[in-house]
Amino acid sequence: MGRKLLLENINVPGINTFEVYRKHGGYRAVEKALKTMSTEDVVEEVKKSGLRGRGGAGFPTGMKWSFLAKPEGKPRYLVCNADESEPGTFKDRYLITHIPHLLIEGMIVASYALGAKTSYIYVRGEMMPQIRILERAIAEAKAEGFLGKNILGTGYDLELYVQPGGGAYICGEETALIESLEGKRGNPRIKPPFPAISGLYNCPTVVNNVESIAAVVPIINDGADEYAKLGIGRSTGTKLISASGNIKNPGVYEIELGVPVEEFIYSDEYCGGMANGKRLKAVVAGGSSVPILPANLILKLTTGENRLMSYESLAEGAFASGTMLGSGGFVVFDEDQCIVRNTWNFARFYHHESCGQCSPCREGTGWMEKVLHRLEYGHGKLSDLDLLVDVAKKIEGNTICPLGDAAAWPVASAIRHFRDEFEWHVSHAEEAMGRNYGLAHYADPLPKAETVAAN
Amino acid sequence: MSERVKVTIDGISIEVDAGTTILNAARLIGGDIVPPAMCYYSKLEGSGGKCRTCLVKVSKGSDKDPRPMPKLIASCRTGVMDGMEVQNITSPEVMEARKGIVEMLLINHPLDCPICDQAGECKLQDLSYEHGSEATRYEFERRTFDKIDIGDKIQLHMTRCILCYRCVYVADQLTDQREHGILGRGDAAEISTYIEKAIDNDFSGNVIDVCPVGALTDKTFRFKNRVWFTKPVDAHCDCDKCSGKVTLWYKGEEVLRVTARKDVNGEVESFICNTCRFERKNTSEWTIEGPRKISHHSVISSNHYELLDPPAVIRKNPALKEANIEEFERVTRHY
Amino acid sequence: MLKISETDEIIFTPELLVKFNEILLRYPEDRQKSALLPILHLVQAEYGWVSSPLMDKVADFLQLKPIEVYEVATFYSMFFLKPPGKYMLEVCRTGPCCLIGAETIMKHIEERLNVKEGEVTADGLFSWRGVECLAACGMGPVLQIAPEYTFYENLTAASVDELIDRLRLTTAEKAQIII
Ligand SMILES: Cc1cc2nc3c(=O)[nH]c(=O)nc-3n(C[C@H](O)[C@H](O)[C@H](O)COP(=O)(O)O)c2cc1C
Ligand code: SF4
Ligand code: SF4
Ligand code: FES
Ligand code: FES
Repeated sequence: MGRKLLLENINVPGINTFEVYRKHGGYRAVEKALKTMSTEDVVEEVKKSGLRGRGGAGFPTGMKWSFLAKPEGKPRYLVCNADESEPGTFKDRYLITHIPHLLIEGMIVASYALGAKTSYIYVRGEMMPQIRILERAIAEAKAEGFLGKNILGTGYDLELYVQPGGGAYICGEETALIESLEGKRGNPRIKPPFPAISGLYNCPTVVNNVESIAAVVPIINDGADEYAKLGIGRSTGTKLISASGNIKNPGVYEIELGVPVEEFIYSDEYCGGMANGKRLKAVVAGGSSVPILPANLILKLTTGENRLMSYESLAEGAFASGTMLGSGGFVVFDEDQCIVRNTWNFARFYHHESCGQCSPCREGTGWMEKVLHRLEYGHGKLSDLDLLVDVAKKIEGNTICPLGDAAAWPVASAIRHFRDEFEWHVSHAEEAMGRNYGLAHYADPLPKAETVAAN
Repeated sequence: MSERVKVTIDGISIEVDAGTTILNAARLIGGDIVPPAMCYYSKLEGSGGKCRTCLVKVSKGSDKDPRPMPKLIASCRTGVMDGMEVQNITSPEVMEARKGIVEMLLINHPLDCPICDQAGECKLQDLSYEHGSEATRYEFERRTFDKIDIGDKIQLHMTRCILCYRCVYVADQLTDQREHGILGRGDAAEISTYIEKAIDNDFSGNVIDVCPVGALTDKTFRFKNRVWFTKPVDAHCDCDKCSGKVTLWYKGEEVLRVTARKDVNGEVESFICNTCRFERKNTSEWTIEGPRKISHHSVISSNHYELLDPPAVIRKNPALKEANIEEFERVTRHY
Repeated sequence: MLKISETDEIIFTPELLVKFNEILLRYPEDRQKSALLPILHLVQAEYGWVSSPLMDKVADFLQLKPIEVYEVATFYSMFFLKPPGKYMLEVCRTGPCCLIGAETIMKHIEERLNVKEGEVTADGLFSWRGVECLAACGMGPVLQIAPEYTFYENLTAASVDELIDRLRLTTAEKAQIII
């Protein structure tokens, strides 16, 4: 059984209340940090833990905190990113629903470390029930003296507010989130300046994912060294994986980073294998934005070694044969799933969610969706495949925010790894309307890497 | 005196004030190496960064940190650093990306140039001549909108809009009550007034001049005409609202329309008021200064276009040739 | 261009205004625009949708130009710019849910309610639409019901039928109590 740091007490009845949470050791990290540590100590501890942002980009959290500008006379802000909208990801909703005080505790410690006196949790608007849960939990914490003026008599003041979004995936991007929190359209800002210098209300701001903030609690409680003992290499600690798709036991799992992908899919401790005895065809490992991989490439590296659930191992092989850990949205496809249809679905998503500010993304996402739609509905052309790859290439890297890349990668990777299936949709258009391409060779063992003789 | 920094663009070096953007540094150099800008407008705060036509490659970040930037960047929103080296038309990567962006801008554009008022002074038309490919690869229905009137002086032809946001900035920064804005999201976004409210304000007419395409046009433009058949003349008047410095567009003896004067970058020299623009259409109301020089870049003066690609440009221009000897040799070796 | 013609005079109730003012306290003094999204949500919960007079009124309250409110309301997908049914069923239509039957559920709802996506049933009770990933992919297919955003997981055709019947019944019962 892997060690759990965030979800250890998730099944304790009443853990969503202050009383039970506290009884199980809750808010110890606040006491420890505020009473015995300086703000620099906390930042240093988080740095030492090796914690990397759990929102998708994997940027070291401690480092991000140390970049925060501290000009005289300007407030600083911490904003928690609970916009969770990346298809395949549902860990933040889970955590907030069941153990909201963990997030609040993390927010207090992190705000203290950053010197923020007002912090916000930006929750996607659709999560109204979670907003109510958080508001109730904040009121409880405040009543117990963990929020508000002079917390625990330490002289530290903090107000924590929940802000609802309005229904826009792009508001997960940190500068769009800040715009949205300022009551504007969620158009990502053009960087620089970065939020660390000029973010919310033009003040220095840190934006962190729910899980990153929650992970600060065990780091402070048990110490950075304990935390860093878990995991593998530069992927320290544990990670919440949202597992969905055609598996026996979909749900949120806390894994120690470094678990083999194969074990994650097939062991009863996690996904429990494929549902209905079907075979594995493909996996999107880190939320819809990361490249999709066929069964053989997700399980093994091209060297023949096992692929592991870690930032590095999943990325091994780069675009050619790798993917990314991203937000940990692990979507499993069985042999009966149609990759063309799914790619079209994802392209539709990005088209729908593009903010429309910059031309390659605004126009390119719609173009890709239309081409994929026609491929899926039996009137595609072979040349469409190269067209899609080219359009994806024209978007990638040329946009204001990474949504452009996020829209391009799923399309480019699907065509890269499942080209036969796309071609079959063109050559057997009628048949493709009636049945799926199936597993084909996508789970075949990888060919042995040829050893190139040194000359 | 503010600090000066040195930047090199396509092999040509210049010293500029620290904080200058790459685009403005390039404009100081001038000529072919200036990246095209469809959304940036130096007189509108916050503009730029959106259209992506001005993307360039930073091959050396600065003397201090010489690493190249990993991605192409928007030259209109990126400041120069001392020792920075930038490639615009000498980078095949930039030219390829720009071609892609122009294609994107055109896929939903009606390409109704023959009937568009802006034809001849449209930045998008210029761009597509320079960077577009001949045939479109877009085989779907184009997005269309109905034409609407914004008040009795301005017409909005949203179908042509490229969502550069310039007109929104004008309304925000030049007028006290912005009535129009961007509604919707993604490629369903549109410039609109939501409920048909007239834009009525002394300086609202400037949206026409800043619009890079023919989306916002002057309804008082008499006897619609191709601009290249009209004769531009600089004139001024004693106006209590604006500088009164304008360009009058004549056909024969008649003033067809009044616009602000545009500089070499296609930007207005100074914004003008609605009275000058819409009401003063008699020669007698103006002091004529003389014929307007039209920049060599415009279709109005050249009437035709050659395809520009980096080697061709370098081949023609001795300064660039000199500055890019290596590059030039590499691309001409095959000829 | 969106055209919403509404002529009703709008007066926010004192209760609503109290809530608005509470929200304003969350932000620094001159940053009242930050309250726009939370306030639009409250308005929509109260009125069922955000008509243009409502938006004008919100603009008035927050001292914004009306266009600023329109720009925001039309950007976010949660705000209804025309009246939906009393219960708006929002079904997730994104990839992961489609792997486990979301498309079938949507088709079922369409047939069952006998209205197309975005339309309202004749009795004004129901409308439905597909929405993007609701961050519950492991529990899919899922739907939520606006304006309360109650959440239903692991949907089957049968559970959807039951849900719709129950909503019909509750409304009918409520109506009786009022009578
Ligand atoms: C299009 C887009 C959507 C994103 N959505 C989310 C999101 O829903 N939740 C999140 O935490 N981060 C999201 N991110 C990443 C954030 O921009 C940011 O990197 C993150 O909140 C930083 O927190 P972390 O360092 O703790 O991961 C998104 C990024 C992009 C480009
Ligand atoms: S990449 Fe897409 S989402 Fe990001 S700013 Fe540009 S248009 Fe908006
Ligand atoms: S109408 Fe013209 S100025 Fe306004 S956004 Fe569109 S293209 Fe730009
Ligand atoms: S001019 Fe620079 S992005 Fe438009
Ligand atoms: S895909 Fe349906 S909830 Fe995520």
